[in-house]
Amino acid sequence: MNWTLALPEIVLSVSGLAILVFGVLQRRDPTQVCSLLTLAAFVLTGVLVLLAPDGIGYNSVFVGDDFARYMKILSLAGAALSLILSMDYNRREGIGRFEFPVLLLFSTVGTMVMASSENLMTLYIGLELQSLAIYILCAFDRDRLGSAEAGLKYFVLGSLASGLLLYGVSLVFGFAGTMEYRGLQAALSASAEIPTGLVIGIVFIIVGLAFKVSAVPFHMWTPDVYQGAPPPVTSFMAGAPKIAAFALLLRVMAGPFGTASHQWQLLIELISMASMLFGALAAIPQTSIKRLMAYSSIGHMGYALMGLAAATPAGMRGTLIYLAVYLFMNAGTFAVIVAMRRRGRPVERIADLAGLGRTDPGLALAMAIFMFSMIGVPPLSGFFGKLLVFSAALQAGLPVLVVVGIVSSVIGAYYYLRVVKVMYFDVATAAFDRPAASVSLVSAGMGLVTGLFILLLGPVSSAAQAAAAVLFR
Amino acid sequence: MLPGIANVGLGPYLTVSAALLVLGVFGIFLNRKNVITIMMSIELILLAGEINLVAFSSALGDLSGQVFTLFVLTVAAAEAAIGLAIVTVYFRNRGSIQVEDVTLMKG
Repeated sequence: MNWTLALPEIVLSVSGLAILVFGVLQRRDPTQVCSLLTLAAFVLTGVLVLLAPDGIGYNSVFVGDDFARYMKILSLAGAALSLILSMDYNRREGIGRFEFPVLLLFSTVGTMVMASSENLMTLYIGLELQSLAIYILCAFDRDRLGSAEAGLKYFVLGSLASGLLLYGVSLVFGFAGTMEYRGLQAALSASAEIPTGLVIGIVFIIVGLAFKVSAVPFHMWTPDVYQGAPPPVTSFMAGAPKIAAFALLLRVMAGPFGTASHQWQLLIELISMASMLFGALAAIPQTSIKRLMAYSSIGHMGYALMGLAAATPAGMRGTLIYLAVYLFMNAGTFAVIVAMRRRGRPVERIADLAGLGRTDPGLALAMAIFMFSMIGVPPLSGFFGKLLVFSAALQAGLPVLVVVGIVSSVIGAYYYLRVVKVMYFDVATAAFDRPAASVSLVSAGMGLVTGLFILLLGPVSSAAQAAAAVLFR
Repeated sequence: MLPGIANVGLGPYLTVSAALLVLGVFGIFLNRKNVITIMMSIELILLAGEINLVAFSSALGDLSGQVFTLFVLTVAAAEAAIGLAIVTVYFRNRGSIQVEDVTLMKG
């Protein structure tokens, strides 16, 4: 048995346990040290992921391939960026406890297991490991009602989604007779008629995963949880877990259920259209930047699903690149949100950004880059993401989907541009508190990545190409 | 084993689990009382999946369904613990666990 397949996950989990023990044994406050150790563990795991071998192991429940590697690197990057943002925020808010990085680490292990799943059992266990840690993180600011309420809402709806997913898994297991993806693929392509129970199972699985990526009509929790949870946690939730849920959607839909694509394609198409339109329209009246980002993320997940709806290698590649692009602009935007503090207290209204162009030109420039990139203005990164999914959907013969996508991009431009207008043309209010160096570093770094993405397009695109090719083996 | 038990087919098991699933889902969405009921409903949904897995596993002669059930039991225990912890935190802040009071954020 090739046990080195899961070496990155094993190393990360063991370092999580070690950091936990280390933190408990310290007399002085170990938060800072634990955060740095966790960051080091992320970097080490990233190197191991790049070196990990290909193949299927552990009684064929776990797979290592280009696709898993791509998704794992993205989730590790997302987790590391959120961790950097959390270090300063948690200290200033008085919630700096060393369990935070450890929980973030375990959630990341969950996302990595999800990316490597080759069996419905691994899918469920990875998903739960990831979700359970996030429920706690949402309620981490435990003396603030908003955070507790966000944790409660996410817990109830998240558990419901996992429960439905489990029910779907059980139906698929029963009607196909196996839980292994390869076995499922063989079973589905062998039979001409797909049993109804199996189709119901697939639909339940799609519902559970659509909930995790917050696609309409399973998005109800998103705005409330985004607003209530501490911003570093929100930036994590919008990144790594969604990428992992997408990893599952792509792997399961393209691989085992690929031959049944006519059964689920229309469903994904409808979910994608509804998410894009809802994300664009519902964001217009928002006054809180965190709620705005929640609706924006619903819309972006709609665009990313467009590539899956195409059900072609080009579509999957588009989705993968879109996810990478979204991860970096999202982390950057949340760095700006974390920097929004006045007189030692966090502020979150869009109006609070007024005059940022004069009081802090660097931060305002970064925010403007993220907003223009989210609209999809060339040559920023968001443009390439949209271009690739749109062209893949057109090639797959889904013109209606593309038209809806373009219309909702145009509607979405209104609220993104409003943020830019508030920053540069409204009368300046008091300046923000000086942001910590780590927060400025993340916003500047992500601003560079987003602005100069054209330089990164080659390597990211070839990695995504290799990853998407694995799905259609 | 009682005579006749071995002759019970897959149908009754699936019916029971489907009923549990529906009860759980309705328990979450129609419940206006308190959060503890919601947590019980979540357990019902997980149980529905577990019954399905065990029934299919026995019908197919494939042990992996039963192995999976053991994993799910563990997950359910962890979920209940975390859920109760979050409810406790919420109660300390709000002084109530009525579902209609969970409305700080809207829109």
